[in-house]
Amino acid sequence: MDQIATKPDDSLGSRLKAAAASSQMDTRLLAMIGAVAAIWIFFQIASGGIFLSPRNIYNLSVQTSVTAILATGMVLIIVSRNIDLSVGSLLAFLGILGGFVQTELLPLEGAHSWWLSMLVMIVVGCIAGGAQGWLIARFAIPAFVVTLGGLMFWRGAGWLFTKGRTVTPLDSTYSIVGGGSIGETWSWIVGLIGFAAITFMTIWNRRRRKALDFGVKPMAFDVAIIVAAGLLIGSFVLMMNSYNFPRSEDGRGIPVPVLILIVVACVMIYVANMTRFGRYIYGYGGNPEAAQLAGVNTRAVVIASFALIGGLTALGAMISTARLNAAPLSIGQLLELQVIAAAVIGGTSLAGGVGTIVGALIGAVLMQSLQNGMVLLGVQSAPQQMIMAGVLIFAVWFDVIYQKRRV
Amino acid sequence: MQPIVEMKNIYKRFGGIHAVEDMSLDLHPGEVVGLLGHNGAGKSTFIKMLSGAYQIDSGQIRIDGKDVDITSPSVAKELGIETIYQTLALADNLDTAANIFFGREILTRFGALDEPAMEHAAIKVMGRLNPQFRKFKDPVINLSGGQRQSVAIARALQFNARIIIMDEPTAALGPHETQMVSDLIRALKREGIAIVMISHDLHDVFDLSDRIAVMKNGRHVWTGATTETDKDEVLQMVILGKLPDGSYAPGIVSTEDA
Repeated sequence: MDQIATKPDDSLGSRLKAAAASSQMDTRLLAMIGAVAAIWIFFQIASGGIFLSPRNIYNLSVQTSVTAILATGMVLIIVSRNIDLSVGSLLAFLGILGGFVQTELLPLEGAHSWWLSMLVMIVVGCIAGGAQGWLIARFAIPAFVVTLGGLMFWRGAGWLFTKGRTVTPLDSTYSIVGGGSIGETWSWIVGLIGFAAITFMTIWNRRRRKALDFGVKPMAFDVAIIVAAGLLIGSFVLMMNSYNFPRSEDGRGIPVPVLILIVVACVMIYVANMTRFGRYIYGYGGNPEAAQLAGVNTRAVVIASFALIGGLTALGAMISTARLNAAPLSIGQLLELQVIAAAVIGGTSLAGGVGTIVGALIGAVLMQSLQNGMVLLGVQSAPQQMIMAGVLIFAVWFDVIYQKRRV
Repeated sequence: MQPIVEMKNIYKRFGGIHAVEDMSLDLHPGEVVGLLGHNGAGKSTFIKMLSGAYQIDSGQIRIDGKDVDITSPSVAKELGIETIYQTLALADNLDTAANIFFGREILTRFGALDEPAMEHAAIKVMGRLNPQFRKFKDPVINLSGGQRQSVAIARALQFNARIIIMDEPTAALGPHETQMVSDLIRALKREGIAIVMISHDLHDVFDLSDRIAVMKNGRHVWTGATTETDKDEVLQMVILGKLPDGSYAPGIVSTEDA
């Protein structure tokens, strides 16, 4: 039996599997990237070359940013066996609060109005999220119930500020957060910094593992990753730079919302993988009792995770209201479900313990790409929603099968 | 030789119920003591006062001859007392190194998790217990019961445990894995670690322990070398509180008296 089992299998599938295992790559992640690539190619052909045009990629990346920013926080919430249904309403509340502060509390277009209102939004966002987390951790009220309450509460609270009136126009400096971009030169600088960081981290990691006598991945593999990252960053910057301002030769460069997303993504990947807090989130999700016996302050972990998503919601509120140059009460409706769907498509398990930030980011890109592509093809909004529903269920079904086969 | 742990005349009451009355136990380095008794005999309560989960009402606990006041599990851990729970208390989705260091992670100068250092230490400590172990990258849910038990024990060893409390270490394991845990316990003995093992399995207790202590109704019945007694005698002590010489231990109300 053993001899048969160890006989080298020459089929392509098993060789790919072996290669993936030896390089410690996440096959599920690769499959998702493949799915996004397939969707992009399909829409590129079906739309007659519009989908991958600089203008559409620019719009797509801006559209993705709010969902993606919130999805990075939602992953940690779901991994630690909770859920947050309140993000859409909280986003509306914080948007209105920010608009109220910068137009009515402080002088409109005042020198400090824009950043003071942002500060207020972030602080209140963290407190609001933390308060929900406190109710969940302290009194053991299910997160579903507390945040369902939040879903109703925050939009109502937003109404109180303005009696339902939409706050507009907003501060012009503030509006840059939603509609601005950083220009060609800065885009290249940001791209170069990103590339340098990836290269440095790969080399550092190799050295560290070698110093401790661990096996390292084949050099060619690491080089391939760095080259691929470089190409991806370069083509993205090039794409953003070739979308010009109207009647001008100047490229827009990386949009500010996308820049915020990049920073948030880096911070959140660091938090999830390299900090004690991140480790406790995953450990608590895997076995809450083990976390308690290990001396982890599990209440603090849960409260902090909700405060974190509250802060991210404030960033989302800034981008959405600044982009509209208005803070209407209706903003962010059903956003919570989009964010949860992005996390789940990205491989986050609702049972807790499993999920990655990168997966959720790709999940958000996948969803937004589908939506954007369908709009380009002139698909009506009703069938759009039905197709998105199908994709969500298909993604989870795929995950169930994948998990079964892996064990 | 001086005992590493001396628990003398320990009492513990919950409301009106005397859970533990006048129980004493010594532990020597490199020794396995099997603590036997019925459900509700008070053995878990007694041992939880050593692991810091409960505090003693009266009595004395000495470690290395010095009086100590074990007020919490973290105090116990500082004294080198580690507990391996029946449920194993591992986070299934994390790998071996993450579980060994769960709650006590190694950090770099900048406050980030030092994964390579933890993996390095994990390989070293697992090598002491289970040299064949290779699945360092797998989440522990993919490990066998015996391998999971060795991760749980490695967790204790890594932090220089000198006293390990095991609550039913073989309860959920098959015969092959029970054998593996027996090997683990022998490896710990060679390192001079004192072990208290709570078990229902008489066979395991006779196989592994150097001494046996029996409790009934919260009271001490008998303590002696494993070689001095046999399973029948121990069963009589566990069930009836009847000593090998036919008398009853002080304070034990036997079913025959009733």
